[in-house]
Amino acid sequence: MEIGFEVPGSRFEVLEETEDGRTFEEFLEGHLGQEMLRFTTAGSVDDGKSTLIGRLLHDTKSVYEDQLAAVKKSRVNRAANGHVDFSLLTDGLKVEREQGITIDVAYRYFSTARRKFIIADTPGHEQYTRNMATGASTADVAIILIDAKAFAKAGRLLPQSRRHTYIASLLGIPHVVAAVNKMDLVDYSEESFAEIRREFDALCAQLGLADEVTIPVSALEGDNVVAASARMPWYTGPTLLEYLETVPLALAETSGPMRFPVQLVLRPDANFRGFAGQVARGTLRAGDRVMALPSRRESTVRRIVTYDGDLAAAAYPQSVTVELEDEIDLSRGEMLVEANVDADALPDVSNRFRAMVVWMHEEPLAVGRTYIAKHTTRTVRATVRRIDYRVEVNSLDHLNSDSIAMNEIAEVEFETSLPLFFDSYGACRWTGSLILIDALSNATVGAAMIVGPVADTAPAAEMLPGSTRRPALILLPGRAKLAERVRDALGARGERAVVIDDALIPDSAVDAVVRALELAGVIAVSSRRLAKDVVAAIEGFAPGAVRVEEDADDEAILNRLTGQL
Amino acid sequence: MTTLAVAEDETNEIHAARLNHLQALEAESISILREAVAEFARPVMLYSIGKDSSVMLRLAQKAFYPGKIPFPLLHVDTSYKFPEMIKFRDEYTHEIGAKLIVHRNEAAIAAGASPYKLGTQNCCGLLKTRSLLDALEEGGFDAAFGGARRDEEKSRAKERVYSFRDGAGQWDPKNQRPELWSLYNSRLRKGESIRVFPLSNWTELDVWLYLYAEKIPIVPLYFAQARPIVMRGGAMTLVHEGMDLMAGEKVKQIKVRMRSLGCAPCTGAMRSDADTLPKIIEELITFRRSERENRAIDHDEEGSMEVKKREGYF
Repeated sequence: MEIGFEVPGSRFEVLEETEDGRTFEEFLEGHLGQEMLRFTTAGSVDDGKSTLIGRLLHDTKSVYEDQLAAVKKSRVNRAANGHVDFSLLTDGLKVEREQGITIDVAYRYFSTARRKFIIADTPGHEQYTRNMATGASTADVAIILIDAKAFAKAGRLLPQSRRHTYIASLLGIPHVVAAVNKMDLVDYSEESFAEIRREFDALCAQLGLADEVTIPVSALEGDNVVAASARMPWYTGPTLLEYLETVPLALAETSGPMRFPVQLVLRPDANFRGFAGQVARGTLRAGDRVMALPSRRESTVRRIVTYDGDLAAAAYPQSVTVELEDEIDLSRGEMLVEANVDADALPDVSNRFRAMVVWMHEEPLAVGRTYIAKHTTRTVRATVRRIDYRVEVNSLDHLNSDSIAMNEIAEVEFETSLPLFFDSYGACRWTGSLILIDALSNATVGAAMIVGPVADTAPAAEMLPGSTRRPALILLPGRAKLAERVRDALGARGERAVVIDDALIPDSAVDAVVRALELAGVIAVSSRRLAKDVVAAIEGFAPGAVRVEEDADDEAILNRLTGQL
Repeated sequence: MTTLAVAEDETNEIHAARLNHLQALEAESISILREAVAEFARPVMLYSIGKDSSVMLRLAQKAFYPGKIPFPLLHVDTSYKFPEMIKFRDEYTHEIGAKLIVHRNEAAIAAGASPYKLGTQNCCGLLKTRSLLDALEEGGFDAAFGGARRDEEKSRAKERVYSFRDGAGQWDPKNQRPELWSLYNSRLRKGESIRVFPLSNWTELDVWLYLYAEKIPIVPLYFAQARPIVMRGGAMTLVHEGMDLMAGEKVKQIKVRMRSLGCAPCTGAMRSDADTLPKIIEELITFRRSERENRAIDHDEEGSMEVKKREGYF
């Protein structure tokens, strides 16, 4: 195989142009001003995905000579007929190379004269839905690999192709391209390609994917990957690279009402208080009237501060620091939005919502379980109230289910310990997405895309102390006997509760004990008279979850507690 | 860099121009730095004095401006670093007012650990990996920023932005957390830690372009100059203080530069005329070999970087 031929569109050709008169500085300016496009690739083990990426990197001259030499002298070569095994360029870890499958998301980088590309290379093996969802979460474009030979054999799209396309739609990728691979094995037949295109078009229509194209390629032979194929003169569309270089980038996040989740309050001295964060959607301008959530207090943007000087405006996805005219209460986990707008331009503020969940852990998601949820810069506890349905990803049917296993997808209703400020995922990826974390193992166990609030959402005020929220600690100051009765009454209702009056637990450790019990789903009951700071510490991790009962009538307390849980 | 073009169209609607790739990378890196500072109790920045560290340091200045960088820098000094690197380190960190911690595995250095005696694998194990893990433990750091990029080497392509390390500081490729959107899981149990890689999505070219665009100072060894060189193990080795010449080795003056900076004995030089940033960038675009090729540690054995990473080298 010849290495090092010139390919149109590669960055090396640009360099030749510089020799024809453009100065190198002009060339540099061009590079400084490039657009960036992130795409993900999905294909099954035998679809030739690694070969396609290897081919893309090789034909755009993104592979260094020493890396190519290492591939050529490798002990493994799965390509036939003396072809270079391009899949070795990307199959990274030793274990994977030995098994011949990629087992995790890998990121690759290359650039051409037109764009810089980030590839999230995701394995399409049956059990790795979670990897594809991971790679797809940041992608502008999804490439779905379809094996033309396997299609011919089966007479229809394989289940994995349907699954990959569904996940691309679920993760809100704006553009989807089907790369119909192994055209060399079906004699570059126009009829074979047309049949696949018909089925793929129908699938995209079913999923509501508006922007999709289909390209016939041979990754092994290089047809229509970077250079146009002479063997498929009937195809007049773009090559895969031409498509990637020219597809218009979505502007969904650069327009639309502004969202600015606060990451950090910067307070270098007494004269400056700035809110640092990344614009999640829209544009923020100096002089704008803004509203803080959840306080709903308003102020005006005094300055947009950066190391490189103040800005008149900052847009998605810029990282800036905002200084306001007024001292309003605002901290990490809260959000700035535009004031004086219609209600429908504001995010939903609610502690109950529905979301599509991709489950990523061996231990299934179950109704009643509580997880830690990270949404924008806000971390809360989220309890699974119900599972609306599970999606059977091959048929797209909705099924009833009371748990979700690894790699399954379902619509789930959550209730959170504090309200979130969110948009639907379809309207804004950054304010519509959250990850779920297991509180004991700390593993990231799920990804969720918000569909919308639950209609009968309780107002946020109910989350305050004295509310009907499930308590983490019930305090009955000075009444040890009553504490035991409360424990037993809760136990009779199927709740797990313990009395934590044990003398070996000092008051200063009560917050940690309550925390541990809460994580285990156990309610703490105590007759202690706790200092305010201890209660405040517990409120810090479980707002609204400390119940203080001082009613003289024991029975009234018992009725109230057991009746409300 | 972050200055954004704002254009007005006929409807008087103001639309922000889309960020170019360096601005987009910068915004993402700043966000990662801020997120880690907000969520971890004791972050530290691993400062290697190289070009990637220089970029990371500038991003940290930007992330917390007008405040100072809210964490210390940690340099793991193997005692084999080029003197120019140490001079640059001390002057530059002083100039920007950053707090610097220098850590050395003094016991191993006193015992004469060297790549010549132990081989590069063992020498790195003692003077870099062990020393780094000790320093992190001594400082009680729960998060360490590193300048590693995913494009550097194949075993890094699957690395997370938040790379989880167990209680022994080790990396298990099968036990990494999935990362979606820009939502990072920072939760740890006692003794566990996370390496945070704000430059994950940068390429070598991006780093050079940013150094140029931002006028960021770097160690002069990156620029071509006539320097004393001997050929050793097939690589051009810069003659440095304390180095014993082997039989038959001849010192020659050759115009060279370093493409990446490691320890003096294990970092090969390359012939080059590139003595300015634009020339380096021009050379990089036409050059057909990867940046770590001149680093002895990466290719002593197929997959050697992966082995090092599992042990705790980053």
